[in-house]
Amino acid sequence: MSSTNKKNVFGRLLTAIVFIFLYFPIIVLVVFSFNDSKSRKVWSGFTFDWYKELFSNEIILNSFYITLMVAVISAIIATIAGTFAAVGFFNMKKRPRGILLAINNIPVMNADIITGVSMMLLFVSARTLLRFELGFGTLLIAHITFNIPYVILSVMPKLYQLDNNLFEAAQDLGASWMQAFVKVILPEIRPGIVNGLIIAFTMSLDDFIISYFTAGSQIQTLSMSIYSMARKKVSPEINALSTILFVSVLCLLIIINIREARQEKRARKNNLVG
Amino acid sequence: MKQHGSTFKGRHFFTIPYVVWMAIFVVAPLILVVVYAFTSKSGQLTLDNFTRMGSFWAVFTRSILLALIATIICLLVGYPLACALAREGPRLQRIFLMLIMLPMWMNFLLRTYAWMTILENTGLINSILSLLGLPNISIINTQGAVVLGMIYNYLPFMVLPIYSVLVKIDSSVIEAAQDLGANSYQVFLKIILPLSLPGVLSGITMVFVPSVSTFVISRLLGGGKNMLLGDLIEMQFLGSAYNPHLGSAISLIMMIIIVVCMMVMNRFGEGEEQAVIL
Repeated sequence: MSSTNKKNVFGRLLTAIVFIFLYFPIIVLVVFSFNDSKSRKVWSGFTFDWYKELFSNEIILNSFYITLMVAVISAIIATIAGTFAAVGFFNMKKRPRGILLAINNIPVMNADIITGVSMMLLFVSARTLLRFELGFGTLLIAHITFNIPYVILSVMPKLYQLDNNLFEAAQDLGASWMQAFVKVILPEIRPGIVNGLIIAFTMSLDDFIISYFTAGSQIQTLSMSIYSMARKKVSPEINALSTILFVSVLCLLIIINIREARQEKRARKNNLVG
Repeated sequence: MKQHGSTFKGRHFFTIPYVVWMAIFVVAPLILVVVYAFTSKSGQLTLDNFTRMGSFWAVFTRSILLALIATIICLLVGYPLACALAREGPRLQRIFLMLIMLPMWMNFLLRTYAWMTILENTGLINSILSLLGLPNISIINTQGAVVLGMIYNYLPFMVLPIYSVLVKIDSSVIEAAQDLGANSYQVFLKIILPLSLPGVLSGITMVFVPSVSTFVISRLLGGGKNMLLGDLIEMQFLGSAYNPHLGSAISLIMMIIIVVCMMVMNRFGEGEEQAVIL
C-alpha cells in the first residue's frame, strides 16, 4: 500500500503546515505576554507585570464581567425557550413548521452585521417611544435572539430520534402528558439540550459584531474593549489576556476530550460484554 | 377515561412565546431595514439611497473579490486537509479536530490582533527579515493582509463541515467502486466528491458570508485604505458618516448578494441545503 502511504505523508505535511499557520500568532502572543518591555519584536527579559496590570485594569475586568453575565443569562434563557419551541415544532404540520424553521435559520445564516444593524434600528426607533437606553437589556435581548436558533437546531434532531414506545408506555402506566414529558422525554433529549446550551454560551462569549451595534455607548463587552484597545495603541495586557483565555480553553477542551474518550471506551466494553 | 395518545406529540402552544419573540426581534428589524432603505431622513419615500450606491462601486467589487479569493484559498487548503484528517486513526482525528477548533474558541478579535503584531512594519516578520539582512516588506494595511486575516479566521469553518461529511461516507461504497475497477481518481471524482458536496457548499457559505461582511479584519489589518462593505455599513450606523437610511440600503443589497449566493449554492446541491451545524 505504498500509494496510501505517500498520500498520508502529503496529508501529514499539509496538516503540519496548517497547524503552524493556526498556532504561530497565538504562540507569539503568549511569548510576548511575558516580555519585559512594551516592544513586540525584541525580547528583553521575563516578567509577570502585564498580568498584574491586567488584573488592575478596570475596563477589562468590567467588560469581562459583562461578557460573562450576558453569556450565562442569555444561554440559559435561550436554552429554555429553544427547547420549548422545539417541542412545539415537533409534530407540527409540515408547512407551518417549514416556515417557522426558515425564520429560525435567518439569524444563523445572515451576516452578523445585518443582524446587529437591524436590531439596532429596532432599539433606536423604540427608544423614544418606550423611554429606555441601549445598554445591558438590549445587549441581552440581542444575544437571546441569536442563541435560540442554535438551541432549536440541536434539540430538534434528538426529538426525531425519540423512541415512541417509551412515551406510550409512560401514558399507559397512567402518567399525564406533563409527567411523561418530564420523566421520559426530557431525559432522552437532554444531550441535545446540553449541547445547545454549550453552543449558545460559546456563541455569546465570542460575539463581537452584534454586541457592538446593540450595547449602546454605556457598557462594553470584552470583545468591544479589545477592539477599542487594538485600534488605539497596542497594550501588552491584551497579550496576557489572550494567554489566560487560551490556556483556559485548552484545559476545557482537554477535559471534554478525556471524558469523551472514556465514555467511548466504556461503551465499546459494554458492547463487547453485551 | 383519558385519551391515550399513541405517540409523543408536541404541544403547539409551546411555540407561541418563541414566535412572538422572533417576530419582534428578527422579522420586525429586517422590515425596518427595508423601510429605512426606501425612505429619506424626513420620512419620505425615495430611491436616493440606492442611486447614491454608484459611488461605492469600488467598495462593492473589492469586498466581493477579496471574500471570493479568501473562500477559494480556504477551499483549496481546507478540502485536502479535511481528507487527510478523515484518513487518520480515531485517536489522532480527535486530537487534530481539537487543535482546529481551539483557535476558534479564542476570541476572534484576539486572533486578528495577533496578526497585527506580526505583520506590522516594525513587527515580527520585518524584524526577522532585517535580522537576516533582507529588505523589509510592508504587508499590513494591504489587501493581502485582509485576505490573510479572513483565511486565518474562517479556515476552520471550511474544514469542519467538509470533514464531518467525509467521515460519514460509507467505506464499502468506495471499496465497491474499486472492486468494479475504478482507479483512485475515478473514485474521487465519481464518489467522494459528489458525496462531500453538501459539506463543501456549507463550508463555502460559512467562509464567504462573514468574509464579505467583515469590518473588523479590514479595519485592523487593512488600515483605513481598504474599505469593505462592512466598514461602509458600520460608518453609516456608528461612525462619522451617520446615515442609517443609506446604511440600510447597503445592508439590503448585501443581504440580496448573500441570498443570491445561497440560491446558487442550493442549485448546485440539488436541494441538499441542509446546513452542517457543528
